[in-house]
Amino acid sequence: MYRIKLTDHLILIAGVIFMLGPLVVAFMTSTHSAAEIHTQGLMISMGDDFIPTYEKVLFESGGFTGQVTGLTMAMNSLILGIGFAVGKIVLSMMAAYAIVYFRFRFATLSFWLIFTTLLLPLEVRILPTYKVMSDLNLLNSYQGLILPLLASATGTFFFRQFFKSVPDELLEAARIDGAGPFKFFIDILVPLSRTMIAAVFIIMFVYGWNQYLWPMLMTTEESFYTLMRGIKQILQVWIGSQIPDYNEAFAMAVLGMLPPIIVVVVFQSWFIKGLTESDK
Amino acid sequence: MKRVQFNSRFLPYLFLLPQLAIIAIFFYWPSIQAIHSSFYIEDPFGFGSTFVGTSNYTDVVSSSQYMRIARFTIVFSVLVTLIVISLGLLLALKADAVIRGQSTYKTLLIVVYAIAPPVAGLIGLMFFDQHIGPFVEFVSYFGWDMRIGINYFDTAFAMILIAVWNQIPYNFIFFLSGLQSIPASVREAAAIDCKSGTRRFWTVIMPLLAPTAFFLLVINMTYSLFDTFGVIDVIVKDSAANNPITLVYKVYLDGFRGNDLGSSSAQSVILMVVVLVLTMIQFRFIERRVHYG
Repeated sequence: MYRIKLTDHLILIAGVIFMLGPLVVAFMTSTHSAAEIHTQGLMISMGDDFIPTYEKVLFESGGFTGQVTGLTMAMNSLILGIGFAVGKIVLSMMAAYAIVYFRFRFATLSFWLIFTTLLLPLEVRILPTYKVMSDLNLLNSYQGLILPLLASATGTFFFRQFFKSVPDELLEAARIDGAGPFKFFIDILVPLSRTMIAAVFIIMFVYGWNQYLWPMLMTTEESFYTLMRGIKQILQVWIGSQIPDYNEAFAMAVLGMLPPIIVVVVFQSWFIKGLTESDK
Repeated sequence: MKRVQFNSRFLPYLFLLPQLAIIAIFFYWPSIQAIHSSFYIEDPFGFGSTFVGTSNYTDVVSSSQYMRIARFTIVFSVLVTLIVISLGLLLALKADAVIRGQSTYKTLLIVVYAIAPPVAGLIGLMFFDQHIGPFVEFVSYFGWDMRIGINYFDTAFAMILIAVWNQIPYNFIFFLSGLQSIPASVREAAAIDCKSGTRRFWTVIMPLLAPTAFFLLVINMTYSLFDTFGVIDVIVKDSAANNPITLVYKVYLDGFRGNDLGSSSAQSVILMVVVLVLTMIQFRFIERRVHYG
């Protein structure tokens, strides 16, 4: 039992190289100049153009997308990621609280109205959703980016399961002490759910930041572009140009994946807890 | 449900209102519209629409192009699902077996979960680029002249590889936590009873992991149907031409590029039914698992 299993490590190392290799190459390549990449292919060593390339992608408007800078797009992605995560947590905690802690007439109906949304992802109702948004004049706005993504029950499901595992005695004790529904929710249940909230926040932030199809359709004004939308733009500029700006494309990819990677790696224990509890 | 609950006539509705309002406006309204417009042929410029019954559906189903895309979607989803499950399981088994460096491997192997499909697609596109792609250069030594975006098979190959790469971490996490929740006593008993590691895996570990594997089967199917949109869009760059695409991509192309609202809606409804079936399977599974757990 004490022998170190060499093949196990070799397989794991091969797995790590397969998974992380492309990321390292993407970053290294982004630090070289476009001409250099064009003649020599992808790079595995650091180049000299790290600062100029990233400066250009972050601050210079007009490079890739016409008017918007990488920094603006990163801000928009951040607004979408955080706005979506916070909205999701607030909405779903409230709804889950009503479903678990109240006896009321249309409880079953409300439950099913909410949970049928798990059946249809935004992608399959994308065209009619677009029509609804344009009827409501919400195209090219942050509300428009966030609200349709909120229309699903994933978060409610997390919190419903969690609330059901909270001991009944807690509510009994709180009621004896004279706590009303609001007080119980805010002073007892919300603090109790801290780690659950953190786990849901991380999953939802990554999901929001990584959204692609919806921002691509509904943002036609460049000031609302997200980083993912910017990637689409890179490819459109690309077609027909002499030497494509490989370095800037890679730099954009690195910017687009950095925040979610940091969040997932730093908070991995919460994140894994949230993920593995989501299916129960 | 709880033994003790609050009794209030209007409070629960107050708590439910925000969620219900958003769902009504952004879920039910568009879903009903999708079903409605799948029975109409709509003027692309918005000058009215004509009721055509089920002809949008029959047109879609009898189109050879649609059937070709449906076939590709099935092949794509099945391949991605199988590869991702086996690689995820292999890495989880090995990570579970090693003692030294386990948490390092775990961290390194979940990083790619955070990467958005279009970013994965962009990185993949560079690796398979005609001029700079190392993969293309590598396979050319074996006489494979790889041309992404031109050759159907090559493009499909790249799509599957990128989609697999992006989805392995998710499977890895679930398998690893499934493995680590197997009690030590069970493992010890199995180790005493059965010397052969392979047999122990198939007779003891695999049955215990089966629920996780089944859950991942459904999740990976949904992933390859919907979440790979970004990968595909980046690779085919809006020109479906002769490229392999999935059914969701066709909904998008017909609706937003072709302005064929009726057909696009009918396709949406067909997909809704597919997802409905997949989700029902998943729900039954969740119930069963909660029951036994």
